[in-house]
Amino acid sequence: MTPVLPDPEALCAELVLQLKPQVTADTALVGIHTGGVWLAERLHAALGIALPLGVLDISFYRDDFDKTGLHPQIKPSQIPFEVNGRNIVLVDDVLYTGRTVRGAMNELFDYGRPASISLAVLIDRGGRELPVAAEYIGARLEVPSGRMLVLDRDENGKLRLKLDA
Amino acid sequence: MRNPQLNDKGELQHLLTIEGLPRETLTHILDTATSFVGVTAREVKKVPLLRGKSVFNLFFENSTRTRTTFEIAAKRLSADVINLNIAVSSHTKGETLLDTVDNLSAMHADMFVVRHAESGAPHLIAGHVASHLHVVNAGDGRHAHPTQGLLDLYTIRHYKKDFTRLSVAIVGDILHSRVARSLIHALTVMGTPDVRVIGPMTLIPAGAEKLGVKVFYDLKQGLRDVDVVVMLRLQSERMRGALLPSAQEFFKYYGLTPERLALAKPDAIVMHPGPLNRGVEIDSAVADGSHAVILSQVTFGIAVRMAVMSILAGN
Repeated sequence: MTPVLPDPEALCAELVLQLKPQVTADTALVGIHTGGVWLAERLHAALGIALPLGVLDISFYRDDFDKTGLHPQIKPSQIPFEVNGRNIVLVDDVLYTGRTVRGAMNELFDYGRPASISLAVLIDRGGRELPVAAEYIGARLEVPSGRMLVLDRDENGKLRLKLDA
Repeated sequence: MRNPQLNDKGELQHLLTIEGLPRETLTHILDTATSFVGVTAREVKKVPLLRGKSVFNLFFENSTRTRTTFEIAAKRLSADVINLNIAVSSHTKGETLLDTVDNLSAMHADMFVVRHAESGAPHLIAGHVASHLHVVNAGDGRHAHPTQGLLDLYTIRHYKKDFTRLSVAIVGDILHSRVARSLIHALTVMGTPDVRVIGPMTLIPAGAEKLGVKVFYDLKQGLRDVDVVVMLRLQSERMRGALLPSAQEFFKYYGLTPERLALAKPDAIVMHPGPLNRGVEIDSAVADGSHAVILSQVTFGIAVRMAVMSILAGN
């Protein structure tokens, strides 16, 4: 059965509401490539965050490198602020096994020691394989295992969710 | 014939030469290297990709610089690195090349980085080792030095962006230079319309035009309006016979001075694979001048080697 996919624009607005009370001068957003970066760009603007947006491509930190090799298209990670002592909100589109988040946390610590890391996701689809939880969640959604739920962006910059086989 | 660098799935298993590799493969390596440049600028200059893997640097020919950059690259990928300077080791006790390789394979090597004075030695090793092993050619005889060609390509792309409108001049000892061969192949694959080789007749191989380059024996003619000048080291240790009267005479006709560089485009970059012979192929005023990107090549070289090793190890 194919679940009805929610509108990511509405979920994004929901995340802004959840995050707003938590934002301080020391809050930094870090998006995880690719969908997480699109989402983080939106949140960064909507929340008026002072520190520049960070982006991570966790390809160098994946735990399945031995099985799948290097991703064919890697984008540079950029953390344009001092990580030490910052409250960092990691942003990703879909939270599933938790392995991407683990890789992102490992990479962040190679830039410094943050005061805290929390996690904001558009969709939590369950299926965790690691003890990872998100504080800020747009929606929870049951997705059959084996299907890929990904965020997509059309040429006008509008976000939409896609279910791949 | 199957390309000996590729595995059954057509992926890059070894890096032996740039010759025969498609543009997509070169672009993939350069793009991946871009991400590694960021890693090497961080506080922790390491990523865990090759954690638990053993990289053996097999240097049958001395080269401190190339060995060091491969060692740094492997260490920044978290691999364990074992350096073997075989020029002064078992080789001299009579062990054959493949026996050496078999012994190291039995020590559970994952990757061999091979420098050898004989052209084709890395091919021989790649054809011999088990299928989970990877071989990187770090320079073999006069044949190829693919990671140098790739880092030159990376440097040119970094400063000039688009290969399809560039003039590139490679100057000096083309005959003995595996660096020149690898770079010519790389530039051709990337669609560079104007690649020139410049040097004395005795140091340009017969039939060089077949590689798709224009040959110049006069430096001033050859440098006119180029975007990139690649100076080669005068390889005195490879000189046999009377190819050159003297290093001084070489500088007089082929040394890159500020006056000669002025014939190139105003924003031309000057590259050199190192080590520099100041006053032989390049004037200090050029080597230390604003056009030189020689030290950037060194920095990029580590990122490019990280990219090559991680792509191979993942295939």
